[in-house]
Amino acid sequence: MDFLRELWAFMRARKKLWLLPIIIVLLLLGGLIVFVQGSALAPFIYTIF
Amino acid sequence: MWILGLSAYYHDSAAALIRDGEIVAAAQEERFCRVKHYPGFPTQAVRYCLREAGITLDDVDWVVFYEKPFLKFERLLETYHAFAPLGFRSYVKAMPVWLKEKLFQKRELTQSLRALAPHFDAKRLLFSEHHLSHAASAFYPSPFERALILTMDGVGEWATTSVMMGEGRLIRPLKEIHFPHSLGLLYSAFTYFTGFKVNSGEYKLMGLAPYGEPVYADLIRQHLIEIEGDGSFRLNMRYFDYCTGLTMTNRRFDRLFGRGPRRSEAEITQMDMDLARSIQSVTEEVVLKMAAALRREYGIGNLCLAGGVALNSVANGKLLQSGLYDGLWIQPAAGDAGGALGAALAAYHLEHAGERVQHEARDGMRGAYLGPAFTDAEIMRELDRLGARYHPLNESELVDRAARAIADGKVIGWFQGRMEFGPRALGARSILGDPRSPVTQSLMNLKIKYRESFRPFAPSVLSEDCAEYFDLASDSPYMLLVAPVTAARRRELGEAERGIRGLDQVHLARSNIPAVTHVDYSARVQTVHADTHPLYHALISRFKQLSGYGVIVNTSFNVRGEPIVCTPQDAFRCFMNTAMDELYIGGLRLIKTEQIIDPDRVPPAVLPGLD
Repeated sequence: MDFLRELWAFMRARKKLWLLPIIIVLLLLGGLIVFVQGSALAPFIYTIF
Repeated sequence: MWILGLSAYYHDSAAALIRDGEIVAAAQEERFCRVKHYPGFPTQAVRYCLREAGITLDDVDWVVFYEKPFLKFERLLETYHAFAPLGFRSYVKAMPVWLKEKLFQKRELTQSLRALAPHFDAKRLLFSEHHLSHAASAFYPSPFERALILTMDGVGEWATTSVMMGEGRLIRPLKEIHFPHSLGLLYSAFTYFTGFKVNSGEYKLMGLAPYGEPVYADLIRQHLIEIEGDGSFRLNMRYFDYCTGLTMTNRRFDRLFGRGPRRSEAEITQMDMDLARSIQSVTEEVVLKMAAALRREYGIGNLCLAGGVALNSVANGKLLQSGLYDGLWIQPAAGDAGGALGAALAAYHLEHAGERVQHEARDGMRGAYLGPAFTDAEIMRELDRLGARYHPLNESELVDRAARAIADGKVIGWFQGRMEFGPRALGARSILGDPRSPVTQSLMNLKIKYRESFRPFAPSVLSEDCAEYFDLASDSPYMLLVAPVTAARRRELGEAERGIRGLDQVHLARSNIPAVTHVDYSARVQTVHADTHPLYHALISRFKQLSGYGVIVNTSFNVRGEPIVCTPQDAFRCFMNTAMDELYIGGLRLIKTEQIIDPDRVPPAVLPGLD
């Protein structure tokens, strides 16, 4: 819950509420990918995050 | 007030501890866990910092993380959104990492801290911004009351280049360039394209540059980067893949240069050298134009640098030579490890209004000797356990024997005092040699460091003798400035020698200190000062008495692919697995020929391989 509260506060402070629907869709899709794939290793030549 | 700064979960995890704004200890986790650029939580580095201060985590008032994970996530989402539907493959690979780990960094940090102190309160955890952390690490330890701060790197949250103003205890942001336009990532794209590993091979690219000509610089300016008069820039993203793909560059980039990326095991060609020289020249152009424009715009005569691009000592040297600024100070841990230190300093001065500390020395970094030291008793205990044979010496004997060994052409390990913070070995964890010998460079590269023969070595010179060898108008205690070897020291090449091209140039002696003179007559200088490392200064002074030269070769105490050694055990293992002749560790001298190799006691170091 703390996490969601902080994420909400972050979006309000940054005036990025428009990101919310994108986040929800991406999280759902992302959740599905995580569920299907199960690995958290990123094979990037260089990760930018 | 005790503040612990942390850098983790990206590259180069580190911890730094400050007390009332004064730096007490700082170290990178890779040195303890022996995995280069280790990205996990820096547990052992934190433990070390607390031990050094004689406190526990419960005594620490604040813990500060060096960047803001939510801002990074925002950048990631907006980037995918901007490029959609491109980038789906990258998204599929990136999202699990975020949903499983990165988005919950606060929880992960709290859990890791609670493993060290079960009652750690998450309210004591603060988050700085990536570039503010860099800027704070560059400004607060600097000797300047007022300075401009320029930080450039690959990317943090959004910023890739930041300009800030430091005055007293305050830092004020002035302007930024945002992702995806990044000088660091442009340099890294060429690191990748020339077959080196991104995020560690940039030094190699910089070392390779003098072998080439800047024949592609115009092509880079025409197609890849648009540089304005004030040094600000935009990249043409049609040529890069890092926003949406798994690589740095794309096929359009390949077509522009008429080939694909070099495979790491393939031979380095003249084209790779020319590409290295070209991107180096474009990088210098951006740094110099930006520095000049800032000088004009704000009229401030001091400049502080940090961020990965500030480790480009060739560009730094050009900036110094330009005379644009009266004072230039570069954070020795300019990469992400230094962010740990900056985060702690930013919290102290900005969040808690702590006043600046007046430094008695030339800056607040204590020569960057901020890591662990070992007593002779501890070293002997460890060496006994490993079955090593050693000779205890008093300090003057130690200095004399070590200097004589170097003067006799031997290569020695030098493990003395507190370990350095940052990527450079500065005489605490160093391998040393004779700069006069024309064979030192290839011997040290191939038999000791097990690395590419083209890579140059750096000189450690007595600060008072620097002008005799190098045209350098400033101290360079952190080996972050490249300067030309003086004309009087140079040796002109003969007719036949001038015809030699490519990597074979490495065998040509270009001065009477050939081991530290690169093919363009330059050297990455470390000036050694009696007040920051008296023993190291004494060693070079003794070498000067014996040889007439107040300069020696200094390279980091490790082999290729391995972090710099931290403990006596690491040092002994590295010593035994390379062609080093002698090791001077604390007050002890070890001679290679006296050692009995017992594979059960001294497991082989990471075998030299390609990295």
